[in-house]
Amino acid sequence: MPTSTPPRPAGPAPGPAPGPDASPLPTRRRRVHRPTALLVALVLLLVAVTASLAVGSREIPLGTVVDALRGAGGNAQDVLVVRELRVPRTLVGIAVGVALGLSGALMQALTRNPLADPGLLGVNAGAAAAMVTAVGVLGLTSRLQLVWAAVAGAAVVSVLVYLLGATGRGGATPVRLALAGTAISAALYAYVSGMVLLDTRTFDRFRFWQVGTLAGHDLTVVTQLLPFFVVGTVLALSQARSLNALALGEDSGRALGAHVGRTRVLTAVAVTLLCGAATAAAGPIAFVGLAVPHLVRALTGPDQRWVLPLSCLVSPALLLFGDVLGRVVVRPGELEVSIVTAILGAPVLIALVRRRRLAQL
Amino acid sequence: MSAASFDGAVPRPRVADGARAGRTVRAGRALSVRVEGRTLTVCVVLLLLLAAVVSVSLTTGDYPISVPDVLRTLLGRGERADEFIVLGLRLPRVVTGLLVGAALGVAGAVFQLVTRNPLGSPDVIGFTSGAVTGALVVLLVLQLGGWAVSFGALVGGGVTAALVYLLSSRGGVQGYRLILVGIGASAVLQAGNSYLLTRSRVEDAQSAQLWITGSLNGRGWEQATPLGIGLAVLLPVLLVAGRSLTLLDLGDDAARALGVDVGRTRALVLVLATALTALAAMAAGPIAFVALAAPQVARRLTGAVGAGLVTAGLTGALLLLVSDLAAQRVFAPTQLPVGVVTGAVGGLYLAWLLVSQWRRGRG
Repeated sequence: MPTSTPPRPAGPAPGPAPGPDASPLPTRRRRVHRPTALLVALVLLLVAVTASLAVGSREIPLGTVVDALRGAGGNAQDVLVVRELRVPRTLVGIAVGVALGLSGALMQALTRNPLADPGLLGVNAGAAAAMVTAVGVLGLTSRLQLVWAAVAGAAVVSVLVYLLGATGRGGATPVRLALAGTAISAALYAYVSGMVLLDTRTFDRFRFWQVGTLAGHDLTVVTQLLPFFVVGTVLALSQARSLNALALGEDSGRALGAHVGRTRVLTAVAVTLLCGAATAAAGPIAFVGLAVPHLVRALTGPDQRWVLPLSCLVSPALLLFGDVLGRVVVRPGELEVSIVTAILGAPVLIALVRRRRLAQL
Repeated sequence: MSAASFDGAVPRPRVADGARAGRTVRAGRALSVRVEGRTLTVCVVLLLLLAAVVSVSLTTGDYPISVPDVLRTLLGRGERADEFIVLGLRLPRVVTGLLVGAALGVAGAVFQLVTRNPLGSPDVIGFTSGAVTGALVVLLVLQLGGWAVSFGALVGGGVTAALVYLLSSRGGVQGYRLILVGIGASAVLQAGNSYLLTRSRVEDAQSAQLWITGSLNGRGWEQATPLGIGLAVLLPVLLVAGRSLTLLDLGDDAARALGVDVGRTRALVLVLATALTALAAMAAGPIAFVALAAPQVARRLTGAVGAGLVTAGLTGALLLLVSDLAAQRVFAPTQLPVGVVTGAVGGLYLAWLLVSQWRRGRG
């Protein structure tokens, strides 16, 4: 080593990233070029959409798929499969994927808890409780009615969790929200298991709902839920800057001009709309909302103005790839997407946890 | 991400509070216990309540038996019918519930201390999901019942917990890493569990659902005895280790400075707590929420310095017995599994507790 080199300052080391866990101090890792990451994610999503339209238990050549989408003739059955089954399924996948990725990222930012996922604020429990009530007590059966029940349940319970978390001095701090969500979820899941044990019909319906899947929807589900997805997404993206400010702590955030209370409420509303709609459309899909923000943060760093949009691309791509994989692996049967994402996502998360400190929230 | 970012709700030990410094009771040189007035009171009250619940459980039901008759039966001088009902049905069930509740309460307290997370419970390391997977495989795939199910649960939970430990240890197990790896493992297992439930006949699936909700229905001495022996071995070891646990709560560096082998203590108590959970799950299935709620309730009752393993165990036992009583009586003649009630009661109670704490500006 040439002696003329001045000693490096003790602060963040420039140049190549230091080894994982090299220092307990927050070190500046070299990030991938963020626009490149965005572009790659976009390409991935396009590939995923194409695969979702083209791959399935019925083999249809890509040309025929394109023809079917354009409305040109061809084998009537192929056209039917593409237009009536694969298009709705892909659209549900995109909407649900965006919603899960965004709500996961928002929740982790809001609660500053790396473990936050849609299960945490009671959304899944609320949807499940509403679902068994709809089937067991009200006797509803149509898919669309159940979707609305699930949305309503998710919304009511999220508000309840938020109110509970916000009681008393100090307001809705991250840990309070998590505790409130856990308490209410536990009570609701008890109700759910009571209901499904008392009534076989409800149980039968519930056990299939409990496994999240993109299959078997028609376009009405997407169109009916579209307002939830759109409003939720817009609201979510608009909070990026305020969430960045709050990440520095409440006081610093306030000093930077962020409205702490308003940001929390708006973020919570966005999370509720997005998760509620996603859970209603596809059932509970664990793990996407938890894992995608971690993956994205590892690429872009903690800036929400990058994390949120990139989550919008990576998450649906992941979900659609999972869905396609599920159609292929156990042919002629199918594996539900929630099972695929869990099996694929968990090792990724575990590897991430083992390799380095998680990207700072 | 530091562990401190999500442990805010665990009340810190109030070391500076001179009024409740407690006093040290010594028995010989080896054993000394710091006894604190309020903790002692809470323990006594919990014991009294437990006695009351046990006597209600033994005396009431479809076939009421008076307290003197129960006592006479317990002393071996009762009538034959009473003997069958008290000694054959009610007592083993109550004893099983008592032991399961205590095991879960203590295990939960240990997990919350080690992970430094108020939500820490055996669920977070994937034990419960693994146990359910094991049981479902035995019930739905192998089509066996009885002890095979408990064994399947033990193997499933044990293998999962061991895997999670191994995957999360890198120069010692760290709280947050343990939780994250556990969540990953649970996600996979829960997906598998749902899959198994959808791919079987609805009757089979529903009886499996009954098992995985956790129940004390039909529990007898064959469940209570191994559980009792296991607890008699494990609990004393944990209570001794509990003293270094208190020091862990001050933070790794402080504990190290005070002479605690942090890595080894953590690994030891986690293994012991997992074993407690396994015993409880073998006897009654995975009962929700007791491990999570009991330590929280106990901590808030005592406001104590220290691990509070004893109070957590007593609280867990009380919670489970009261819930079982409700499960048997509220929807009679339908016998709900106790897991339904612990979830409902525990969840609502925790919610109420949190609100009242926060109203008073604490926690």
